[in-house]
Amino acid sequence: MIAFLVTAGMAFLLYLVLTAGSGTIGLWSLSELVMGALLALLTGLVARKFLCRSESYRLLSPLRLLLLLVYVPGPFFIELTKANLDVAYRVITMKIRPGIVRVHSGLKTDLGIFMLANSITLTPGTLSVGIDEETNDLFIHNINIAEGDEKREVIESTELFGLANLPAWIRRIAE
Amino acid sequence: MIDAWILAVLCLVVLMVLATVRLVIGPTAPDRVIALDTVNTLVIASMILLGVVYKEIIFVDVAIVYGLLSFVSTLYIAKYIGGEL
Amino acid sequence: MTAVEILIYACLAIGVVFNSLGVIGLLRFPDVYTRMHATTKATTFGSIFTSLAVIVYGFFMFLSQADSQYLILAIHAFLAAACLAFTNAVSAHAIARAAHRSGIMPTPAVVDRLAEAKL
Repeated sequence: MIAFLVTAGMAFLLYLVLTAGSGTIGLWSLSELVMGALLALLTGLVARKFLCRSESYRLLSPLRLLLLLVYVPGPFFIELTKANLDVAYRVITMKIRPGIVRVHSGLKTDLGIFMLANSITLTPGTLSVGIDEETNDLFIHNINIAEGDEKREVIESTELFGLANLPAWIRRIAE
Repeated sequence: MIDAWILAVLCLVVLMVLATVRLVIGPTAPDRVIALDTVNTLVIASMILLGVVYKEIIFVDVAIVYGLLSFVSTLYIAKYIGGEL
Repeated sequence: MTAVEILIYACLAIGVVFNSLGVIGLLRFPDVYTRMHATTKATTFGSIFTSLAVIVYGFFMFLSQADSQYLILAIHAFLAAACLAFTNAVSAHAIARAAHRSGIMPTPAVVDRLAEAKL
């Protein structure tokens, strides 16, 4: 039941954002509101098993959403900019030393692993390739491995990021 | 003002053609998939810009739907390459 | 030329430059995984910046002409950019995983822990 309500609410919110400015009730016209509510109920019925498969509703708390809104334009965007300057340097000079290393994430929930894998893909020199689902370790393709790091069995996830401590942010948001 | 937008779209079209080179010669299947993914991203970016050039918001809506559909197709091709389908 | 126009031109220029770096990387790098580095990071960043130019344009025109069409344009461009950033990262991970499962190894590589782990 909670899954149905959450899915329908998300769908209705998305519909409202996409049709903003169509009429006079607030920003919307009456027909858009009625149609949006009907479509949201239908979406909730069809898709309730997909969106909330893990039965965890942590991301609904306002504090976590606020942290997410700070995280994406703040530390994440800084790392994204750094990643792109790094890629520009590698494209021009072709100085690469690639390899796949195992990274210990220390996260437990699916949402946390998902966010860490996505953040890793968009941050300097790293691309997530696989996940060990028993220990929640990530396998990461690193475009420029530091000398000596290829001999180490496991690397901590905090060592991947230079400026901001993204795993700590993700732990605060998702766990 | 409009000229800058059209110039940017032209640059993106040239980049699409260059990415198509990798799509044609790419030695393995994943190479072709990432080239196709790049072309899709560039199409979406240029659609958003064309929405400004022609003053049509529907272009941007089409870009959103195109992005989500290309995401689904990429996931299915990835599943197929990985032998999980 | 006003400050807003300079900002829009700067965003467009940054976007086009990073998109071209991504495509050049796609053509120059030696194997699938390194090519993926270039395409996912650089084209996502470039497309975010070209969308940012549209968002700035929409907000500026909305503030100067009070026409709500421009605000709708900005909101929809923001949604498209958010979809793009999210889906690109996920599909890059999916393709990398599929490539490794189908037996394409990173070929220059100093270490490959995933092949050693045999998942």
